[in-house]
This record gives sequence, structure tokens and C-alpha cells, in this order.
Amino acid sequence: MFDIANLSKTFTLHHNQNTEIKVLSDVSFFVESGECVALVGLSGSGKSTLMRMLYGNYLATCGKIKIDNVNIVNADPQLITELRRTSLGYVSQFLRVLPRVATLRIVAEPAVRAGVELVEAEARAADLLARLNIPEKLWKLSPLTFSGGEQQRVNIARGFVYQYPALLLDEPTASLDAENRESVLKLIEEAKARGAAIIGIFHDEFARKRLCNREINTSTFSLKTK
Amino acid sequence: MNCLFEVAGMSKQYGKQLGCENISFSLYPGEVLGIVGESGSGKSTVLNCLSGQLEPDEGEVYFDSPTKGKVDIWTLTEAEQRHLARTEWAFVHQNPRDGLRMGVSAGGNIGERLMNVGHRHYGKIRQTAIDWMGRVELSEDRLDDRPSVFSGGMQQRLQIARSLVTEPRLIFMDEPTGGLDVSVQARLLDLLRQLVQELGLSVILVTHDLAVVRMLADRMVVMQNGHIVESGLSDQVLDDPQHPYTQLLVSSILQV
Repeated sequence: MFDIANLSKTFTLHHNQNTEIKVLSDVSFFVESGECVALVGLSGSGKSTLMRMLYGNYLATCGKIKIDNVNIVNADPQLITELRRTSLGYVSQFLRVLPRVATLRIVAEPAVRAGVELVEAEARAADLLARLNIPEKLWKLSPLTFSGGEQQRVNIARGFVYQYPALLLDEPTASLDAENRESVLKLIEEAKARGAAIIGIFHDEFARKRLCNREINTSTFSLKTK
Repeated sequence: MNCLFEVAGMSKQYGKQLGCENISFSLYPGEVLGIVGESGSGKSTVLNCLSGQLEPDEGEVYFDSPTKGKVDIWTLTEAEQRHLARTEWAFVHQNPRDGLRMGVSAGGNIGERLMNVGHRHYGKIRQTAIDWMGRVELSEDRLDDRPSVFSGGMQQRLQIARSLVTEPRLIFMDEPTGGLDVSVQARLLDLLRQLVQELGLSVILVTHDLAVVRMLADRMVVMQNGHIVESGLSDQVLDDPQHPYTQLLVSSILQV
């Protein structure tokens, strides 16, 4: 599902004496359907940069990122939008949404975008919010008023409301208590069981051991630590 | 999928002054494209050339017309352009006063667009106007009031209803949330996002507000001194800007 070859990333900061920061070079790996792979490595070694490149959020400097047979490194933006709509899910660390929109709608939205009927999408959203212990009386409120842990669970619900065949998870279990962590781990296990290819950053070692088939250490591709 | 809209090598001079130069991009059905840049960068020139209000000196502006297929809008007669503008396009101005008829009732403002495209049944027009008042969250009680007694946010929502009532496929928006309070802005952005999704609209949105682009636009182009300096997926351009000017623009946003 993920086919990554010779991928590199250099940031050029034009307003700081054209400083060049080489973060990653020559990254190559595969992730098959039904596999869960953890990105590990020191802080600053490029885990999040790699994740963001896989989502098309950062531009790769060179190399290949093939997801579902689309090489997003040189694809038209329209193709990346289409890939994100139906094939590639992403749970980021922070929730970024329009203010004053109800939680239930925010969670249902990715499914609606992927073509699921609104009623069905909201039913799935309600089911996920209940599983993630977000009290029903909060569903009509904007999640921007919620606590950090609650926002993170809303973000996770958004990532799982549609069954993407490829998933990127950036620290999905950080800052969750034991009970909520268990609910999230179960969701990830279910996604894996239905055949999703998952790449994640998990600082939580317990989660990593339980979910992941193998680890990829970004420090080995990192130029700063070499 | 066919492009709905395609601009190729478009330029416009105002005497010696450059308006815009060599502008090219395409827009697909259902896509929202943001055009950003500071004042004087040529955003409004581009928008006016695209929407048939200002003739470019060079280049082509193609539209995928349902009856004629791909046409260069600047080769059409004025009557054909007007027909396109009434049936296929809509324009949402920054200042609602430019898009509304201030002396006519709210219902009349919505109904007029329908009458322009040939609707004649008074009862049906009134009913459609009531439906649209509801969709943009204006109370039905205000149907017979003139927009001059509406607040800025209400006027903007009325302008949106008036623009969308004829079910255009393409909407041009010039700073649609400019000059509104932040609380009204958020509500309006949510409304626009819902309507775009529900109706499968294509939008060309000009703004200097990068937060608006992040929330509404799938793709964006960045303009500086009349040129496009960078383009791409909105979140990619905002999170990993490549061009020096875009880097400056993004790094200048105040964090709240």
C-alpha cells in the first residue's frame, strides 16, 4: 500500500540567510495492507516530517511516495485531494477545525466527503464518540471548548469515521488515560484486522508492542544525527 | 474529469502599470481555489478578468459551458457573456452593497436573480426566496425588509442567497468575510463550506486571510507583483511554503 523509495527532504529558509536544513535522505521502505509500522527515532530525527510528506502536507525534495498506486511526489494536487478523500486517513496530534461547529458534524465530515450519506455518517460519528467516552451532551458543542484529551479523541474519531485503506497516526495515544487508550488501541486493531496499512508514531511503548509488526528508525535516514 | 475553468497565459496592463502577467491555472468541478496575496498583488485584476468584468490584454479564459462545451469567454458576445454570468456564475462581493439592491426587499433581491433567468410565477419565486432565507439562516420574518436595515453579516448572507438561488456552477468570491466580526466570520465560513459541499460548487476565492484559505480552499495560488509565485494544496503551501514571499507571508501570521 505504501511504497517509499529514495525519499529526501531539505528545508530552505529564505529569510534566515538561506539556511538549508537537511532532515531526511534516502528513505526507502514498504508497508503492506494489514500491517502496522511504527516510526521511531530521536526527537528531531524527522518522524513527523516523514509523516507529513506521506500525507502530501510537506513537499518531498526528491524520491517516490506511492500510495494506492499514486505517486504523490509529482501528482496533481487534485489527485492528492482525491486520495485523501477516499484512501488516505491522517490523525494529527492537534485538532484544527472551524470554530463554532458541532462535534458530531466535525467527526462525520470526512465520511460525508468520502460519499457516505449524512445520516449514516452521523450515526457512525455518534458510535465512535460513544466508544471514545465523549459524553453525549457535548456532541452539539464545538470541540474547541474541550480539554486536550477530549480534543485528541475527537481527532481520532474523525480519522476512523471512514474506513480508509491507508492510515497515518501521529501519537494517537499520547495524553490519554488507561481506559481511553484501550478504546483507541481497539480501534487501531480493528482497522488493522480489516486490512488497513498503518504507519504511526507511538511514543507509548506498550501501544507500539501491542500494535506494530515492525519499526522503522528515522535516525538511520537522518542527516542531522549522522 | 473535464476542467470547469482554465486560464492560460493571461496578462493585463493598466497603461504602463502591470495588473497581472502570464496567469495560468485550472479549476475542476467541486473544487475551491484560493488566490492570496497582499493588496496591489493583482488578485482583484485576475478575478475581474476571469469573471468577465475586465478584458485581459493577452491569454485565454476557458469555461466548460453545458451547451457549447469549452469556450473562451472573451470570444463570446456581450449577450452570451451576460447569459453565462446569470445562469452559470455568481459573484459574491466583499461589500454586500455591491452585490445587493439596497432599495429592494430581501425577498425581492433573491427573486430578481430568478426572474432574470426566466422565472415568472410569483408564488413559486416567493417560496424559493423563503427557502433560501432559511438556508442562509435569515429569519423568514425579514423577507419584506430592505437589506439597508440588516447588519453587515446578515447582508452578506443575503448576498450569498441571492448569488446561489439560480444554482450556478461557479462562484467568484472577493474577500467574502472581509469587514465582518470574527464571530460572524466563523459562522459564515461554516455556511459557505456546507453549501459548497452540498451543491458541489466550484469556487474561486480571493482573500488576504490565510486562515480563510486553510478552512475553505482545496488549492491555493500565491500572487506577488502581478505574478503567481507559488501554487499547490492549501495545507501544503501553508505548512511547507517554498517561495521566499510565501515563507514571509506565512511567518507573519499572528498566533492567537
